Amino acid sequence: MSFMDALQQSRSSKRVRWRDMSALKKNEAKWGYIFISIWIVGFLVFYLVPMIASFGFSLMDFQLATPDEIEFIGFEHWRRMLFDDELVWESLRVTFVFAFISLPIGMIAAFFLAVMLNSENLWGKNVFRTLFYMPSMVPGIAAIFVWQGVLNPQTGWLNRIIQNVTGLEVVGLQGLRWLDDPSLIYIAYTYIGIWGIGNAILINLASLQNVPSDLYEAAKVDGAGYWRRMWHITVPMISPVIFYNLILGVVGLMQYFLTPFVLNGGNGYPEGSTRFYMIHFFNNAFGYADMGYGAALAWLMFMIGLALTLILFGTARYWVFYAGDER
Amino acid sequence: MATVTSNEQNTQPALVQSRAQRKLMQRRRQMFNRAGITFLALSILLIWLMPLAYGGVTSLKTKDQISDVEAPILPAKAESYEWEGEEYEVYIVPQPDGSTQNWALVNKGRQSSEFINPRNPEAGLIEWEGRWRTLERTRVLSPTWENYPEAYTSISFGRLMYNTFFYAIVGMIGAVFSAAIVAYGFARFKFPGRNVLFIVLLSTIILPPQVTLVPTYAFWVNLGLVPSWWPLLLPQFFANAYNVFFLRQYFMTIPPEMEEAAKIDGAGPIRTFWSVILPQSIPALVAISLFHFFFAWNDFFGPLIYLAGAREQVPITVGLTFFNGIYGSQPQLIQAASIMTLIIPIIIFFMAQRYFIQGIVITGNK
Repeated sequence: MSFMDALQQSRSSKRVRWRDMSALKKNEAKWGYIFISIWIVGFLVFYLVPMIASFGFSLMDFQLATPDEIEFIGFEHWRRMLFDDELVWESLRVTFVFAFISLPIGMIAAFFLAVMLNSENLWGKNVFRTLFYMPSMVPGIAAIFVWQGVLNPQTGWLNRIIQNVTGLEVVGLQGLRWLDDPSLIYIAYTYIGIWGIGNAILINLASLQNVPSDLYEAAKVDGAGYWRRMWHITVPMISPVIFYNLILGVVGLMQYFLTPFVLNGGNGYPEGSTRFYMIHFFNNAFGYADMGYGAALAWLMFMIGLALTLILFGTARYWVFYAGDER
Repeated sequence: MATVTSNEQNTQPALVQSRAQRKLMQRRRQMFNRAGITFLALSILLIWLMPLAYGGVTSLKTKDQISDVEAPILPAKAESYEWEGEEYEVYIVPQPDGSTQNWALVNKGRQSSEFINPRNPEAGLIEWEGRWRTLERTRVLSPTWENYPEAYTSISFGRLMYNTFFYAIVGMIGAVFSAAIVAYGFARFKFPGRNVLFIVLLSTIILPPQVTLVPTYAFWVNLGLVPSWWPLLLPQFFANAYNVFFLRQYFMTIPPEMEEAAKIDGAGPIRTFWSVILPQSIPALVAISLFHFFFAWNDFFGPLIYLAGAREQVPITVGLTFFNGIYGSQPQLIQAASIMTLIIPIIIFFMAQRYFIQGIVITGNK
């Protein structure tokens, strides 16, 4: 059962009203509230109140170093953020460009790897599945360091392999400088993150196994070839998990931080191409300890993320296929 | 098909033969497909795991070998040979007949040098005509295991490990129990507002944590608890939406008869939860524990800001970044530290993969 189904289900089920309830049901409801009260407290203390406070902060001049000089300044931070601070737009552009490169690569790779691991012709399926998933367990920081070595232009293996396979001179300081060249850096970051698609592979795989095989047989009888069947049966049938992976991917990329921070300390090297939005936010909120402006940046990110999610949910009914919808 | 029907009368044996042939063809094709796709999977897997091999191999090299472009891929060092109390370098020496011999260089000369054959030292010094500088040295496989203890002590890996485990396990206890309690409330009790609250709960998954971060951070700073573990651990005890969702789905699959039996025996909701629901949900609880453990093992942003300036307390993720800054010119130590960091999650994954993989699949699927 996916999130989407749960949402739909909880929307459609009947409402219960307090005054129509018997004493027994009231008792049941009381216990329900007792059990969920932990989350309610957590939600108020760690989500709702800070969220509102965050908006409040964005209207204040609040430097952490001088907490006694808090001053209400209205939408000054918002004006500065939207009109004066060029790095806001620049970092948004960086974030989106990277998302447009890495998200499709990651999702397509996850899809085809899942198809491959689902193939009835594959020997040793379970071993392959485990080994393809295994690197997802590598902590992000260790993956970054390992890849940093692999991508080293002189001593890394990637350039050596490319040179041996294609014969092009790519090793060395004149060669492919993955982490120093603004036109290669997003591809390099995509490699660094590629192990993270393990979960997406697994979810795709489980969904592939649920596609009824009679659909394929019927299509075969009608003369549909392999790719046709994949495009017209497999993709629509697993579109709910593609959608799920897409939402998680977008939410995750909005918060992309670890790799640029670890590799470049958040200074945007090379040529500002790694100054992601989260990096800009971190520099302001925690680097300069500017709580007011940091809160404004966080709220902008929240609004953009919300807008994107809503747009994606809006498009879902045109391309996401829910088999149970006819119910 | 068409060929068979065209001459029906006298084709009984031919038909049998063609069927057998067809079956053989089919099998052959299947065999071919199987070999093809397995070979494809194997090749992709090699690329997929190549960086791990790089990390492992590099962590066993000397610093000189890493920067030497001519050096072999596996950790190796130039060979030397001890003769009469002295160390001599071993070279690959071409012979008049076109073969080569591995000899140790004893006396260097411009036009000719004297070598000793390590396989036959009794033969004494051998004169060789040619420039020794043009010769290549032999290399033997020689992993530099010392990189590991060196990396271990220089980042005080034990301390980082302790911090990481502390963070992971305390948070895990809080996350699992709080999520189980809340999930039980959502799974088994009807109360007004349940659906709305559940949707609110699910929507917190998509909420970027940064939007609540600044006031929360200011709050903890105000309490004087930065740097400390409190801001990182306390929120774990208030049920995380992912875990609640996961456990709710699981609890709903438990047949209600057992709870009813417990109720008839006079057990209240808390007792029922503790002695009926929890014991039935061990696999799901294990999955959640693993999720949390791996999350904590990976968590970077929280420890980065809440433990800033407290180097003694940081977990491995943050600790490694300091290390990278200081030992940037010692790639072999960085790779050794990375391998040490990733080996524990990988071992745990192999031990518990059944629970774990099931868990991920359940969250994303029907």
